[in-house]
Order: sequence, then structure tokens, then C-alpha cells
Amino acid sequence: MNAPIPSSAATSVSTASSAPASPVAGAAAKPRLVMVGNGMAGCRTLEELLKIAPDHYDITVFGAEPHPNYNRILLSPVLAGEMKLDEIVLNDLAWYADNGIALHVNKKVVRIDRAKRLVIAEDGTVAPYDRLLLATGSTPFILPVPGNELDGVIAYRDIADTDAMIEAAKTRRHAVVIGGGLLGLEAANGLKLRGMDVTVVHLGPWLLERQLDEVAGHMLQQSLEERGLKFLIPAQTEALIADESGTRVRAIRFKDGLEIPADLVVMAVGIRPNTALAESAGIHCNRGIVVSDTLQTFDPRIYAVGECVSHRGIAYGLVAPLFEQAKVCANHLAHYGIGRYQGSVTSTKLKVTGIDLFSAGDFMGGEGTEEIVLHDPAGGVYKKLVLKDNKLVGGVMYGDTADGPWYFQLLKDGRDVHEQRDRLIFGQSLAGDAGHQGQNSAAAMADDAEVCGCNGITKGTIVKAIKEKGLFTLDEVRKCTKASGSCGSCTGLVEQIIASTIGGAYTPAASDKKPICHCTDHGHEAVRRAIREQHLTSGAAVRHFLEWKTPDGCEKCRPALNYYLISTWPHEAEDDPQSRFINERAHANIQKDGTYSVVPRMWGGLTTPAELRAIADAAEKYDVPTLKVTGGQRIDLLGVKKGDLPKMWADFAAAGMVSGHAYGKSIRTVKTCVGSEHCRFGTQKSMDMGVKLERMLFGMWSPHKVKLAVSGCPRNCAEAGIKDVGVIGVDSGYELYVAGNGGIKTEVAEFLVKVKSDEEVKEYAGAFLQLYREEGFYLERTVHYVRRVGLDYVKRRVVEDGEGRRQLYARLIDALKDLPDPWLERVQGAERYEFSTIEV
Amino acid sequence: MNDAIAISAAIPGTAVDRPPGPWTRICRVDEIPRLGSRVVKPRGKPAIAVFRTADDQVFALHDHCPHKGGPLSQGIVHGRQVTCPLHGWNLGLDDGQAAAPDVGRCATFAVKVDDGAVWLAL
Ligand code: SRM
Ligand SMILES: Cc1cc2nc3c(=O)[nH]c(=O)nc-3n(C[C@H](O)[C@H](O)[C@H](O)COP(=O)(O)OP(=O)(O)OC[C@H]3O[C@@H](n4cnc5c(N)ncnc54)[C@H](O)[C@@H]3O)c2cc1C
Ligand code: SF4
Ligand code: FES
Repeated sequence: MNAPIPSSAATSVSTASSAPASPVAGAAAKPRLVMVGNGMAGCRTLEELLKIAPDHYDITVFGAEPHPNYNRILLSPVLAGEMKLDEIVLNDLAWYADNGIALHVNKKVVRIDRAKRLVIAEDGTVAPYDRLLLATGSTPFILPVPGNELDGVIAYRDIADTDAMIEAAKTRRHAVVIGGGLLGLEAANGLKLRGMDVTVVHLGPWLLERQLDEVAGHMLQQSLEERGLKFLIPAQTEALIADESGTRVRAIRFKDGLEIPADLVVMAVGIRPNTALAESAGIHCNRGIVVSDTLQTFDPRIYAVGECVSHRGIAYGLVAPLFEQAKVCANHLAHYGIGRYQGSVTSTKLKVTGIDLFSAGDFMGGEGTEEIVLHDPAGGVYKKLVLKDNKLVGGVMYGDTADGPWYFQLLKDGRDVHEQRDRLIFGQSLAGDAGHQGQNSAAAMADDAEVCGCNGITKGTIVKAIKEKGLFTLDEVRKCTKASGSCGSCTGLVEQIIASTIGGAYTPAASDKKPICHCTDHGHEAVRRAIREQHLTSGAAVRHFLEWKTPDGCEKCRPALNYYLISTWPHEAEDDPQSRFINERAHANIQKDGTYSVVPRMWGGLTTPAELRAIADAAEKYDVPTLKVTGGQRIDLLGVKKGDLPKMWADFAAAGMVSGHAYGKSIRTVKTCVGSEHCRFGTQKSMDMGVKLERMLFGMWSPHKVKLAVSGCPRNCAEAGIKDVGVIGVDSGYELYVAGNGGIKTEVAEFLVKVKSDEEVKEYAGAFLQLYREEGFYLERTVHYVRRVGLDYVKRRVVEDGEGRRQLYARLIDALKDLPDPWLERVQGAERYEFSTIEV
Repeated sequence: MNDAIAISAAIPGTAVDRPPGPWTRICRVDEIPRLGSRVVKPRGKPAIAVFRTADDQVFALHDHCPHKGGPLSQGIVHGRQVTCPLHGWNLGLDDGQAAAPDVGRCATFAVKVDDGAVWLAL
């Protein structure tokens, strides 16, 4: 076969027949780690291990295939002629060499001597181990029918099989694929594209019965038939018939007597965990090598990951869960001892270009579940969502899978969806969730279509990076291409592109578990909890306690930690200026040319001749090039030199003006309308209410910026409907709305409660904002926070639980007590170095 | 800061664009905030950003991001890198190289710390 992969054929690149030479000359003997099975799960484990403990082990790898680790998933695009074999290598030989790994390709391990702790390969090569990692994958199941040993009868598992199919397609005509599962259909599609006449034979009631319900299964069959595939369903194979030479397959016969020509037969009827080696060594197996949550087998020196494993009775056959196993296993091999693998929810996608199909979780429904179905046979669209206790537990999508990753995220997050229920089936954009993320079906987008508007990244660039660099996660794609790394509004689209490129290999992490950044494996929730429970009061203490991987964090985690600290322990935690983005450090907004903009506060949008005069004077005195009325009802002085900032602030302080915090993840503005003070329709004194709120919240830091508005009547001239907190005066009091947003994606605020007095407005609004301050993740606006925890939860905490509300409010007032004006502090000399240059 | 002389930017394998020229005294190390920077304006020449890391190493870069000229001095310093405040490129303090996937390089200057004083080769 000789695939065009660097190490093809039998050239083993092993360095020694016993223990590998230590990569570090003269280093003390390290424990030896031997890995059997050089595939996707095993190599991923090594990668994770090398990331966290690069020098811990002397590593030796045995692989039965004559290749370094490659991306098995992409065999389907290779077969379909969309990619070449040399494009799917994940770890080339140089990678093994660079990491000091002794690699034995083309050497199958045949025995494990657990007493002497040795593994022995087919050719007699022996390697001693201190830790052994089994990652032997699966073996395809071959139907026990007469003729199954004939030439031309193959499985679909590796490069050799793929090569055999490509070769056969050149000279043969009739292909029969046994098995209408994912693998079988991908094989059939590829062979058809290579010009063969293909029949798919399936025993089950409909295609992909493990992934699709009956309706979707039939729709899929129909569109594959339109592409020229033939189907025999249900049909049971009786025998494979040899040609006159007696060695090669010629036809296939079914139980009902039907016989059709077949000069290539591909068996794709399922896989079995490859446990032969483990079983021969007496390691406990039960439909897979049985492992614990730490991926240990019953012999504690021996670990196992991948398709060969049975974890809590489940053997997974998709890479996403295997990669989760890899991460946990590496962690234990590195002696970190944290992290447990607790099983995975999986999703699937068929990688047949032009066919959109997605399924996840428990899509068949049943006892205690409800279904929402959309079926448009003419338009070729079918969607079914399965709900249980107001949560999404499964779904099938056919024809339009654009929202697949979004549903999958909802499912993994276990989010309460009952408020979106009536719109849920129409997808993310109509259900009212997040940015201009998912309107395009990723699969249908042209390669040169721009995906990430901030960084100018096209779909083609992303797909290329995923394929060439073997990327599997959003984070990897971000790091490699920058796509979705800036404003983040295209995140959904990028996730779809990943999903449609690598199929079920893609699994988003549950939002509350996503690591903050590459410095840590902990998510926001875990960090907040540690700060609270361990009473941590400095960034260094948090990084130490949670074992950060970098000594002083990075530009992503430091600002988040700083916020969590000061919001959890106000007046006590250290507020580190160097962990703040420049705008918050310099208390002004940096401009593209390095100058700054200055926005003094105008309480509730109200001003006085004296304030306007002070602004006019400052603008002239400091040569301010642009004066602008902002969208937040105040005045912006743009283009101020950094060195002039403290001087300008001193002038403003003299006129009684303070910082507008236009630069912070903090309280921004409280917009007001004129209200009953002047307006003929006004029912409440909105200006007065607005000023009271803005004064109450002065100096408040928050996970993201916070904007309020108060309108005097439901005509709502202050646009309270798109604010984090919107207050609308009515005859009998005020209506409070929360979690609106007028930014990247306009979101209408939701009704929280109706109250009577100004004091109540302060208490309810204050309690809501304090809840957000205590529980929101850094850079999560109120709309995203409320969506994560559910409006019902917010109502419980803020409306129903009176005592809890008063406590939240009290904590807010306490945190905001005696906060100084940051501008005045700088005028008085705080952080003076920040504003002066050194002239030489 | 201890008294040991650290010629940070002259670590083997890193590039210094200007030959160590006439050393000019800039300030004391403790006048640069840890994980922060100061801007130095040499007469008639573009501004230079002088950074101090958590372990009191001192580095100097042109105060001009290779992307769109952002003032690097205003960025967040972490490890041996600074993040540009405008669009978030990460630049190596020792070699001025942009971290992948960005491509570009910022000029570096030799600095030394002698008896608590920072000297810059201009
Ligand atoms: C000055 C102003 C535009 C204007 O001239 O009117 C402005 C200017 C900026 N906005 Fe804004 N926004 C301004 C009102 C708004 C509004 C309207 C409002 O507040 O009523 C919105 C939509 C309402 C909302 O936030 O829900 C708005 C939504 C955004 C967003 C998107 C936020 C989102 O969650 O979707 C960003 C990006 C961000 O914060 O990450 C942003 C970010 C920015 C930044 C700070 C960009 C940056 O990070 O440097 C701009 C600074 C410009 C500069 O160089 O000074 N600006 N921005 C407005 C200042 C209001 C004020 O007095 O404080
Ligand atoms: C055509 C195809 C398409 C697929 N598409 C998808 C998809 O879209 N999405 C998805 O998530 N998954 C997909 N999969 C499944 C995915 O590839 C597997 O889940 C994954 O490769 C399993 O990883 P593993 O390391 O457990 O096993 P493998 O990758 O199979 O690696 C095991 C390796 O161990 C070697 N080995 C076995 N026994 C020994 C021994 N005794 N000594 C030495 N070496 C040994 C084998 O030769 C093999 O190379 C697809 C699989 C195929 C075949
Ligand atoms: S919309 Fe806001 S962020 Fe965008 S350019 Fe205008 S001011 Fe800047
Ligand atoms: S100018 Fe520095 S990142 Fe754009």
C-alpha cells in the first residue's frame, strides 16, 4: 500500500530494543512510560502529559500501523477525494523525536508481563515499564458469514483500508457497503464519488438508527438516493460468493435469496473495543478494558484510554470523549492527581459534504420527556428537540444544522429553556440568544466568506487551519487563526465550522467549566468559589492556591481575578493596577493614536452652565481636538494627551465634577428622560430617580459595564428597554426591567417586578446588580448572566426572598461606601508614575 | 532589587537592535511598577517603553506596536510578554517578536540594572 505518509512501509524508527535512550544526557533515571497503540486517544494523552510534565517520563510508544499518529476521522474526506493522506498526520516523526519519545511503528505488542513489567512485541522487542498506557482502539466487527475472508472484503478503519478502497475504485465497478451507520455512509459516499456503483445494505429499520429517529432517517436516505446511492433495507447478508478463481469476492447473497454483484465489500457493521492484549494479560475487561474515573485499570500501574476502554459501562466511539479521557489520564500520570472523568454526552455529524445532519444526547425521547418537532418535507428540513424538566436533553436536526452547536451547548450547560420554549425550535437567532452568530449555515458558506469581522478571517482560512494543524477546539482555532478572539460575536459560527469540518469530534465545554485562559484549567465558577471559600485576597494567592501554570497570569486572567477579588472582598482585597486594562488603570479611554478621551459624569444626563463652562475651558486649555455628545447623555473630550490627564481632572474637580467611568467594567450611565418634572405625559420624576440611582452606584465595578435608564412613562424616551436595569414610571409606581442590552446584539430587557417607591427602586435594582456582581463571570453582561442562571432564579433571589434581597442590597451599599473619585485620587498623586514620561 | 547586574536584553539568543551605545541612566528600578512600565522620551527620537517583570528583570522596546503602532507601554505585562492595549497582540519583551498567530517584530534596546539604577543604551 505504501501511503504517502513519511514513515510508510516497515521502517521502524525504534532506537533500541530495550529501554529507550534517555533524551536528556546524564539525567537521573526517570520512570518509564510505555504506550501501546499509537492512535488518536493515546497520542492526545501524551500531548497533554508533555504540556504539564514535560520531563517526567522516558516514553516509549508501540504502534501496529506503519505510520505516526494521524487523524483517523479525516479518512472519510480522503476517501471522498477532498483531502490527501499526507494532510492528515497529527504528530509527525519529528514530534516524537523532539519530545524524546522512542517510537516503534509497525510493531504490534503481543504480550504484557505484569510481574516483570515488560511489554513484548511481535518481533521480540521488549520494553520495561513503570507505567503502562493501553490505547489499542477498536477492531471492526466482521460478520461471521461464509466468504468473509475473500479478497475484496474489507473493513473501514485505517489507512490501509482506505488505500484498498481507493485502489479498488480504479478497476472495479460494484461496491457493497454492509452497515448504514456513520462509517458505512461515509464509505459509500466516498466510493460513489470515486465512480463506483454503490449499494448500502442495512439490517436496522432505517439508516443511522442509533443517531436519527425514523423521520430523519428516511429523509437522509432520500437525499442519498438522489446522489445515486442504492439501498437495501432491511436486508440480512447470508454469504459472500467467490469468483471463478475462488479467492476474490464476486457477489453477495441475502437471506431472502436475492443476489447482487459485488467486487468490493466494505463491512461497517460496528466496532469492538480491542481488548485482546489486555485480556491475555489478565486485566479485567467487560466489553472494554474496565477503568475507573482516573482511567486506571484494575492493575494500578496500567492506565487505558480511548475506544478500547469501558468507563462506567460505556465504550465511546467518538474522539471528543476520548480527548476528555486523555486530559484526565495525563493529569494522573503527571501525579497531579486532580480531575476525574465522569463520562460524556456526545453529538454526531455525518461528514458527507452537502448533507447536514446533527444529533446529540437522548433524541428518541420516552418516559417523562416532551418533544418539539418541526418538519418541512418539501424544504428538506426536520428538527426535533427532546426536553425533560424544562431542559434540553437531546435533539436531531436534518437539512438545517446551523443551530446544532447551540442546542448542544444548551444541553451540556443544562440550561433552563422554558422561557424560550415557544421559539426554541427556530434556532438561536429567533430564540433571542447572542450575537450575529449563527445565521449562516457554516457548511453552506463560501470559503472566502468573512467569518471574523474583527480580524478579517475567512471560512477558508479556518477550515485550512483545522485540517492542516489538526485542531479540535475553539481555543485552538482562536490561538491559531485569531478567529473569534476579539469581540467574540462570531464564536457560534466558528464553532459550527469546527463541527462541520471534524464531525462529532467537536464538543464545546459546558460554559461554567471553560477554563478562564490557558494559564489554568479552572473555570470562572471554580475561581470565584475558591476566592470566597478560602478567603483569598490577592491575585498571587489565587494563582498559588489554584496552581496556575504561569507565575503571573496573562492579560486575560489577571483582570478577571482582580475583579473577583475586589468584588468578593471589598475594602480588603488588593486592587492591583497592573492587572487592569489600560483604560481602567489610566481612568480614561485609550484612542487609536495613544491619546485618551475624558468623559466627566453628568448625573442622570443633567448639567449646569458652570459644568459646561468648565468643560469648554478645559477643551481650550488642553487643545482638545474633538468634543462630542455621547450616546450616554454626556460630553466626551477626545484626543487628550496622557500627561495632561491629571491636570484636566484637577480643573474638573475644582468645578465639582467627577469621573464618568466611561472606561470601566463598571457603572456607566443612567439615562433619563425629562419625566413628570416637565413632560405633559410624565407620571414619575424620572430625572430625580435617575440621579439617585447614579449617585448610589457611583464607583461600582462589575463583571462588565452596567447601564441604566429611567423613563417617566411607558413612552420610554430614555430607552429603558435595552438597559441592564431599566426603570419605567407608571401612575402607580415603577416597573423594573433587567438584562437588556443595546450593543453587539440588541436584547430587550425582561420584566422583573413592579414597585411603588423610589426607595424600593433602589433596593430591587441594587440587589439585582449585587447578585450579578457576585455571580457574573468576568466580561459577561447582565443579559448573558441572566440567560445562564435563568430569570426565574433571579426573581427568586431578588423578588421572592425579601430577606435575601435586603442582604444583597446591604452588601452593595457596603461595597460602595466611601469610594473615592478615581480622578481626584490621581490628582492627589496616586500612581503618579502612570502619567509622567522620562525625558532624556 | 538585588545588586547583581542584569543585562536583561543581552540574554543569549535574543536580539538587540542597537549596539549597546552610550549608557544613559533612566530611573531607579523601583520607579517602574512591577509588571508595569515607564515611557522614556529620548530627545528627537521615538519613545521607548521600559518594562519591569515580576522578577525585576528590565526590558526596553520601541513604544510602537508592529501591528498598528499602539503604545506598548500601556499594555499588561505578564511573564516575558506585553499585550498591546489596542488589539491584543502579545510581544516578547526580550526579542520583540509577536506571538503566533501574529507576525511582526518590535525593536528592542539594551538595558542594564546597576546598583538599583536602570541604564538604557541609546
Ligand atoms: C463614546 C461612546 C460613543 C459615542 O460617541 O456616543 C462609546 C464609545 C465606545 N464604546 Fe460604546 N460608546 C458609547 C455608548 C454605547 C452605547 C449606547 C448607550 O450607552 O446608551 C452602547 C449600546 C448599549 C449597551 O452597552 O448595551 C455601546 C456599546 C458598546 C459595546 C457593546 C457592548 C455589548 O455588550 O454588546 C462595546 C464593546 C465592549 O464593551 O466590549 C463598546 C465599546 C466602546 C469603546 C469603549 C471601545 C473601546 O473599548 O475602546 C468606545 C470608546 C471610544 C473612545 O475611543 O473613546 N460600546 N456603547 C458612547 C459613550 C457613552 C457614555 O457616555 O459613556
Ligand atoms: C473512517 C472513520 C471516520 C471517523 N469519523 C469520526 C468523526 O467524524 N468523529 C469522531 O468523533 N470520530 C470519528 N471516528 C472515530 C475515531 O477515529 C476514533 O474514535 C478514534 O480514532 C479512536 O481513538 P483510539 O486512540 O482509541 O483508537 P485508534 O485511533 O484506532 O488507535 C489505536 C491504535 O492502536 C493500534 N494498536 C492496537 N493494538 C495494538 C497492539 N497490540 N500493539 C500496537 N498497536 C496496537 C492500532 O493499530 C491503532 O493505530 C471515525 C473513525 C473512522 C475509522
Ligand atoms: S461603535 Fe463604539 S466601538 Fe465601534 S467604532 Fe463606534 S465608538 Fe468605537
Ligand atoms: S496596534 Fe498593537 S495590537 Fe494593534
